[in-house]
Amino acid sequence: MIITVASGKGGTGKTTVAVNLALSLDGAKLFDCDVEEPNAHTLLRLGELDAQSVEMPTPHIDQDKCTLCGKCAEFCQFNALFVGKDRVLVYPEMCHSCGGCSIICPEDAIEEQPRKVGTLFTGEANGISLVFGELNIGEPIATSVIKAVKSRMKHDEVNIIDAPPGTACPVIETMQESDYLLLVTEPTPFGLHDLEMAVNVVKELGIPHGVVVNRAGIGDGSERKFCEERDIPIVMEIPFDRRIAELYSVGTPFVEDMPEWKERFRDLYGVIEEVVNSGE
Amino acid sequence: MKVCVTSSGPDMDSPIDPRFGRCAYFIIVDTDTMQHNAIENDAAMASGGAGIRAAQTVASTNVEAVITGSVGPNAHPALQSAGIKIMTGAVGTVREAVQKMKQGQLQQISTPGPAHRGMGMGRGRGMGGGRGQGRGRRNM
Repeated sequence: MIITVASGKGGTGKTTVAVNLALSLDGAKLFDCDVEEPNAHTLLRLGELDAQSVEMPTPHIDQDKCTLCGKCAEFCQFNALFVGKDRVLVYPEMCHSCGGCSIICPEDAIEEQPRKVGTLFTGEANGISLVFGELNIGEPIATSVIKAVKSRMKHDEVNIIDAPPGTACPVIETMQESDYLLLVTEPTPFGLHDLEMAVNVVKELGIPHGVVVNRAGIGDGSERKFCEERDIPIVMEIPFDRRIAELYSVGTPFVEDMPEWKERFRDLYGVIEEVVNSGE
Repeated sequence: MKVCVTSSGPDMDSPIDPRFGRCAYFIIVDTDTMQHNAIENDAAMASGGAGIRAAQTVASTNVEAVITGSVGPNAHPALQSAGIKIMTGAVGTVREAVQKMKQGQLQQISTPGPAHRGMGMGRGRGMGGGRGQGRGRRNM
């Protein structure tokens, strides 16, 4: 089972939902795919972490074999190669590691070599397994590290993924292969606007989904109307509650202090399981 | 001498485009005869690496120098490795920029400007002095 917690807008409560859901389910594992600013661990008490390099294959040119024919640069859709007067220049940050240049080179002068783009962390926190990635500063391609985080999932276990915000490549990469998507929104015009963008992406991907309204009770209720119109179930409402906000402010997942919420998250999982199983 | 001028339009009287990687046209000019031709910059709309692709286009024209406003950190080493000089500080039309270069009024640069600086930003300060002198002579 793979449940991904996503949202169009940042700051709606994805991490709060992902962490509390994972802590409420026995044996669940938490994966933070927001590799540009991983933060699920800030709500958890981290134990020792194991760090591993995330590497991307990047072309290395054997300048002795190279005849400057230019076929590699012509092939590269990401402009990662430049054919100069006496050598080919490689721009590693532009490279998407497709490997095409090394295949197309008629002189066999291009070899792919690993280049570190980020770090994969694995460890334990609050009794659950946590995996998260960190993209190196200046690296533009987040999907490489997201793939590395997701590679640690086992399909027969309960995997909870905290997705990055937005609706672009890193989000799509994170959502793919998910069995169910929880879209977290807040009941504000901004929240609704970005929820609609997220819903449009999710419809494209064809993954079953439901909405979690965080800070429920404020706003004008337009998110309810939207979900009704689009036939999307609101599967949970987390109220705009002082106690929850206080726990958040000191970095405590609220299920740890409010055990009744553990029940609700387990119920939510039950609902998700039913939807996923009925789809198969 | 054959040079390339980054331009916002396809002819000699078009205003120069101060951006290198994302300019609309490259005008290739023979500075002796002023004969020229325009090449559309297919890198202008590239999602990334526009400067690198633009440099490859310019390198294929065998020009000796590029006249532009600013060259970013990716295009700079590319043009250098292609043996192309980079002249900056040009303003006005393509024709005026070539004339300024002939009069030795453009600077050759050896360090790149900041990334994306060219996006919509006017560059090429301090050229007013040269113009003023010219007018003064005509009035005499």
